[in-house]
This record gives sequence, C-alpha cells and structure tokens, in this order.
Amino acid sequence: MPGLLAGLPDSVLSLVYLVAGVLFIHGLREMTHPRTATRGNVISSAGMALAVGVTVLWFDILSPLVLAAALLVGGAIGAWLAVTVETTEMPQLVGLFNGFGGGASVLVAGAELVDLFATADASALSVDVTAAAAIAGIIGAVTFWGSLVAAGKLHGVIGDPVRYTGEHAVKVVFLALAIAGGAFLVTQPGVFGPAALAGWIPSYWFLVLAASILGVLLVVPIGGADMPVVIALLNAYSGLAAATTGFVLDNSVLIIAGTLVGASGMILTVIMCRSMNRSLTNVLFGGFGDDGGSSGDDMADIYEGNITSTSPEEVEMLLETAERVVIVPGYGMAVGQAQHAVAELAELLEANGVEVEFGIHPVAGRMPGHMNVLLAEADVPYDWMKELEEINPTFSQTDVVIVTGANDVVNPSANEDSSSPIAGMPVLEVWEAGTVIVNKRSLSPGFSGIPNPLFTRDNTYMLFGDAKESMQTLVNEYKANH
Amino acid sequence: MTFVENLSLFVLAAFVGYEVITKIPANLHTPLMSGANAISGVTLIGSVLVAGSGATTLATVLGFLAVVMATVNVVGGYLVSHFMLRRFSRGGRE
Repeated sequence: MPGLLAGLPDSVLSLVYLVAGVLFIHGLREMTHPRTATRGNVISSAGMALAVGVTVLWFDILSPLVLAAALLVGGAIGAWLAVTVETTEMPQLVGLFNGFGGGASVLVAGAELVDLFATADASALSVDVTAAAAIAGIIGAVTFWGSLVAAGKLHGVIGDPVRYTGEHAVKVVFLALAIAGGAFLVTQPGVFGPAALAGWIPSYWFLVLAASILGVLLVVPIGGADMPVVIALLNAYSGLAAATTGFVLDNSVLIIAGTLVGASGMILTVIMCRSMNRSLTNVLFGGFGDDGGSSGDDMADIYEGNITSTSPEEVEMLLETAERVVIVPGYGMAVGQAQHAVAELAELLEANGVEVEFGIHPVAGRMPGHMNVLLAEADVPYDWMKELEEINPTFSQTDVVIVTGANDVVNPSANEDSSSPIAGMPVLEVWEAGTVIVNKRSLSPGFSGIPNPLFTRDNTYMLFGDAKESMQTLVNEYKANH
Repeated sequence: MTFVENLSLFVLAAFVGYEVITKIPANLHTPLMSGANAISGVTLIGSVLVAGSGATTLATVLGFLAVVMATVNVVGGYLVSHFMLRRFSRGGRE
C-alpha cells in the first residue's frame, strides 16, 4: 500500500526531518545542565519519534507486519536491558548499545545495495552510493565487533589484553583487505565471486568480514583503564557509521544526527586522552608500560618502612576535627560497590557541619563520567562532585582527603618525576591537604604498574581493606560518636 | 540531494556538535554518551525503509535485523539516559 502521507510534496518530508534534527540539537543543548538534562533527553527522543514516525507513514511499506514485528522485538529488548541493568554494569551496556548502532548501519547499507541491484542492475549502483556503503560497512563492522569485545572485557567475560609480535602488521593486512573489498565494490559491484551470487553483492560482505576481524583485533590488546577512551571512540564511530549511511540513502536527518554523535564521541575521546596525557595512537596501539616500568622489587624498596597504616577508629577521630573533607573515588569504589557507604559517610559529615566535596578525575572508572553516575545513584547531589581543575586549588585548604579505590590518578610522580611513565598526566594533588587517608586493599600498583610515592608521604595513612567494608565501618564508627 | 549538499550538512553539523557538546559538564558524560548512542540509532530510519520496502527476501531479512538492532539502540539508549538523568536532577545544595 502507498504511504499515508504519500500525496504531500517531497519538501514536507525534508522539513519534518529538519525539525527532527533541530530537536536533537536542542535536546543536547539542554544537557549542559543537570537540572534541564532530563528534559533535553525527552526532547531528543521526541525528535527520534517524529523522524521514525514520518518515515513509516511516508513510504510504501510492502511488509508492514515484518516492520511492526521488528520494532516490537527491538523495543522490548532495549527496554528490558535498560530496566534490568545494574549501575555497576553500565559501562558494558553503553558499549553494547554502541555496537548495535554500528551493526544496524552495516545491515542497512548492505540491504540497500542488494535492493538497488535487484530492482535495477549493477549500473544503478553509482559511485557515490557504493563508496558510502563501503565506508559505512567498514566503520559499522569495526564498531559492532569492537564494541562486543569491549563489552565482553568490561563484563569480565573476555580476559586480559592479548598482545603478540607483529600485531600491527596483522591489523594493517585486514584493513587493506577491507579497503580492497571496498575498491571492488566501487569499481565492479556484483562481480567478485560466482555469478550466481552477484545479487548478494559479495564484495560488500567480504569487506564487512575483513572489517569485523579488524574490529576484534583493535580492541583485544587494550587494557581495563584505557576502556574510557575505547568506549568514547566507539561512540564516535557509531555516529560516523550512521552519518555515512545517510550518504548512502541520501537522507539529511541521518547525516545530521550521525555527525552530532560523531562529534560528541570524538570530544569525549580527546578529553579522555588529554586526562592521561597520552595520544590516541598511543592508547590504541601502544599498550601501557611496554618500556619496562618498575619491577616489584623497586616498589618494595620505596615502600619499605615508609608506610603508616591506620584504622577506621583513628580516621573517625581525624574526621571529628575536620572542617573540610574531600573524597576521591576510583575504579575500586565501583568494583567494591562502595558508593552507597561513601555517600552515607558524606551525608553524615555534611549533617555535622563538615564541608564535603568529591574530587573526580576524568578517567576514574571505565567510561567517561562513570564515578558521577555511581555517586548520583547513591543520591550524592551533583554540585558536590567537582572536576579536577576545580578541586585541585582547594586541597591546600582541605583537612582530610579520603582516597578510595583510586591509585594512578593521585600519583605525585606525574608532577615530580619526568622519567615516570605517567609524567605530565594531570592528577589530583591530594598530598597538598592536611591528612590523606588512602583506602586500598594492598600496596599493589594501579593500571600503570608503577609505585605510588603518595603512600610513603608523612601526611598519608593507609587504611587497608575492601572499599565497601572500610567505608561502612567508618560510617558506623562515626554514627556511634554522634 | 547532491553529494556536495550532503557534505555541507555533515560539516556544519560537526561544528554545531562541537560547540554544543563541549559545554556539557563531566558530571553528565555517561548520560550524554548513552543519549548520543540513542541518537545514532537514527539509522532506524534507514532500516525501516529497507525492511519495509525490500524487493527481495534477502533485503527484507537484512532490514528486519537492522530494525531490531537500531530499535534496541534507540529505546535502550534513551531509557538508560532517562533513568540516570533523573538521579542527577535531584540534588543541588543551595
């Protein structure tokens, strides 16, 4: 049947797409403040409903049942995942959604090629369309498989980074194969394989296969603390895949929306890289600590006899006299699910007239903003959470800093030792405070694999133990005295 | 539209995106990512076109899978963002 709106002039469709694009942009603008952000998200989703709705009503839908079934299945899966996810599983869910966006782009571009080939013939496939389809296929497949591997790593299903000699050469080979498939697709679509299969556009699926393997190979060697960069970059890719699909289908709203997402992902990627003082190339291809780093013996040396440990009782006494306390959370807080205990401690302190703030490093955790989401879930008000640039100047007026589950982001070597692997990385200068309490299970190094001289400072006390347990004991101690 | 017109859209949207997104605070970076994710599910439009009007069975099957994936992305992304943002919208000490 013809679409319900088919009688209207074509410009109406373009105008509705324009409105949808404006709603996306306005929605993102509202996300610049926590108070308006929820509304922004609703506005953006209204734009999506409008764009999809007009598309369904406008075009000839040959098989409405198939379409309705697909929308229902997808909607149900998406809603189920969103409702059942635990906050601690958020990084892998975001990673998984990225992948689905990329996967959809691969399939759309492929289906469009198959369709064009079937309805006309190979000559209907203009260079514009095939070139864009090749790019969408490569980016989309890398995004899909890269995201699956990233989500698997974050979920603990896929283990440690895998590195091998000649890995870069292997990646280049698969990239070259994907590009070769693309070149075939552009120059002689339908060829490349037995003639009987021409309608399947084998060159397209060949490039998708090569790019899929490339996607897996790109993410497999990357370690846990570099995940924020990978997740942000895959986010950018999923947007770029959508934008290139827009070029294939000649569709304005796909280009606008995809590009916005691409920009967003790229900005987050750059922020994450800067916060580690590393280049994107180094994160993606360098691996960390390849150039040796300190051995375990060195660490024992610098720690030997210089560590002062403390107990929750002693920390509680320190907090009694403190006027300003800053809490610095790290990935350890997420792993130990200590955010509720930490939030309770902050509330107790605040209720007793202590000024409390959280110092959050941009790369703390496994995705951009990870710590903030965990703390918000534990009902910590957003204006207690401060970024690195805001909190650093305040440490000298802070009585007690409590570091829980963080290590590399509070390492003074970044500022003081120009030969350190993390030299130049912006860090939280907690040692400027009166007293630093470091809550950690052991003296084991963080992701960078280097020792942390902070632990040996005169004003640092180590509170050894699991994050949740230690914080809960501290809360109980504090309650008992108030 | 011509390729050049599409390219113009792409370049201008990139600048708008840059301007808007650099103003979003680090606090909201996770909800921003999942919201942006949902927006990238706009490929759903393309999926709808190929699933609904596929001339061959192959195109219809591919389109069906594409619609499922893109809808998961759109619905899941917006909902996850919504739940997170509701947490953030409370609070404020003043």
